[in-house]
Amino acid sequence: MAETAIQAVGLNKWFGEGEAKTHAVKDMSFEAYFGEILYVVGPSGSGKTTMLSMISGILRPNSGTVTIEGSDIWSLGNDALAEFRLQKIGFVFQDFHLFPRLTTAENVAIPLILQKRNWNAALKEAEADLEIVGLKERAQLPPVKMSGGEQQRVAIARAIVSRPDILILDEPTASLDGDTGRNIVKFVREHILSDQRCIVIVTHDSRIFEFADRIVKMEDGRLMGIGRQNLDAQ
Amino acid sequence: MGGILHIAYKLLVNDRAKYAALLVGISFAVFLMIEMTSLFAGILTRSSATVINIGASIWVMDPAIQTVANTIPLPDYVLDEVRSIPGVKYAVPLYSGAALLKLPDGLYQAANIIGLDDTSLFGRPALDGGNIQDIFAENAFIAVKDSEFYKLESPKVGAEFELNDHRGVIVGIAHVASSGLFGVPTLYTTYNRALQYIPSTRFTISYLLVEPKSLADVASIKQQVTAAGYLALTKDEFVKKISDFYKYKTGIGTNMLIMTVISFIIGLSISGQTFYTFVIENLEKFGALKAIGAKGRELILMILFQATFVSLTGYGVGVGLCALIIWMAKLYLPDYAATITFSNLGLAFVMVVVIAAISCYVGVRKVLRIEPFDIFRG
Repeated sequence: MAETAIQAVGLNKWFGEGEAKTHAVKDMSFEAYFGEILYVVGPSGSGKTTMLSMISGILRPNSGTVTIEGSDIWSLGNDALAEFRLQKIGFVFQDFHLFPRLTTAENVAIPLILQKRNWNAALKEAEADLEIVGLKERAQLPPVKMSGGEQQRVAIARAIVSRPDILILDEPTASLDGDTGRNIVKFVREHILSDQRCIVIVTHDSRIFEFADRIVKMEDGRLMGIGRQNLDAQ
Repeated sequence: MGGILHIAYKLLVNDRAKYAALLVGISFAVFLMIEMTSLFAGILTRSSATVINIGASIWVMDPAIQTVANTIPLPDYVLDEVRSIPGVKYAVPLYSGAALLKLPDGLYQAANIIGLDDTSLFGRPALDGGNIQDIFAENAFIAVKDSEFYKLESPKVGAEFELNDHRGVIVGIAHVASSGLFGVPTLYTTYNRALQYIPSTRFTISYLLVEPKSLADVASIKQQVTAAGYLALTKDEFVKKISDFYKYKTGIGTNMLIMTVISFIIGLSISGQTFYTFVIENLEKFGALKAIGAKGRELILMILFQATFVSLTGYGVGVGLCALIIWMAKLYLPDYAATITFSNLGLAFVMVVVIAAISCYVGVRKVLRIEPFDIFRG
């Protein structure tokens, strides 16, 4: 049995009060393990992103706990939580959120720089990770001069550069065409996943479901089921 | 922490359009602020030119005097009274008045005539040409080679003019520390010749110039002059009194203040708005940094650094530009009155710091309010 990376228990999140109250996530519990790619799927508005934000220490739940590698992350203070994210979690955002005024290598090096690494050493490590994603020759270019798929790979390089145990990918194929999206997730599966790393991907792109180890299906803020591969078969 | 600042620096300077707009805004504001205040400082210095150039330690005058140019003549007995005050080393009369000269080409030219005590010539200017003893010669005057000198047709030693049908002869060319404010040339002569050549009122002494035996005597001299119904001011006090008159009792100070405030507002508007746009455009990226693990204080530091860097750079450019413009203006306009003082630089610096602080505050508020969750929500 693989070691538990993330344990979410009884997560609830609502926004607004009274008539305007929206219950985005309702009593969700699940676990994610090292060495697996876990998909969180569901239609728009099903609460995927809210749930993802809570398990990655970005959005405080109204109730419930999130335990990562034995630490109840929501018991940490703001600074400690930020440090925890910096050390343990790598993020790939839907819109990449790369800095257009920095070079690709500098973008990738950001987590290391936030970890107070030396500037030149951080750039060197960033270039090494750009080699992993096949973009070493583009290290000195600004990301705006790259295609969407290349930018996604830069974002992945940034997410893994500090060697986090957990990788969170939010709709990684949303801005990409079908083939590029598939190639990206395939690349993640083949090169980024390891026994010491857990990858959580939020998506509603059924074309990439084949790369999941397990899939958490959400609807209206509720967990509808957890299974292997395509839940539609359940 | 250096890496974070390096990122902040690159984000700022690599956005060339905004960086240029920020620099131009702050530099322009600094330029205007320093130009305005320097012009005012120049005017204030020139308004006290006679006091500065004569250089007496204590000036005795009528209490109603507001500026050195508007004299109220003192009776002769005041000179004797002041000389009798214990602690007075010596006291001499000074004549300061306006006259109309008829130049060799027949044109009339207003001039400021300074009449120095015949015995001591106390307050005499440093001569560039001629001999000071010649001032005792018949009809002798010394012309001051300042920015108004050319209005006397740039006379040489021996040049002649008319003053109230009296013949005047230039016997020396002198230089002084400061040119006058009112755009008229200055001539020095002896006190008695000034009275002889220029129509005068019943009383004739414009000021009494007093030298105390020691600094400790200044207070008692001032006290006794006051008891006699007159006013004794040290050189610095007199300069301040004149400056205060121009600052607070004329429209000059108010207008300069308004222009300086407008410059400040222009700088604040341009740089504040540009910096705000800069932060807004990078807001999502700052949110992403927050999500990755940047702490609030690190983001504040980044914005603080950016605001400080651009402000100080703009300040330097603005000061340099102002110095260059003033230098060039003085090359072509000799009577251009502008002096960059440390006070001006300090004032502009404080205003730039305020601009940076306000721009920074707006940016920091925005960045601290952005939630990483908003980044996920797109």
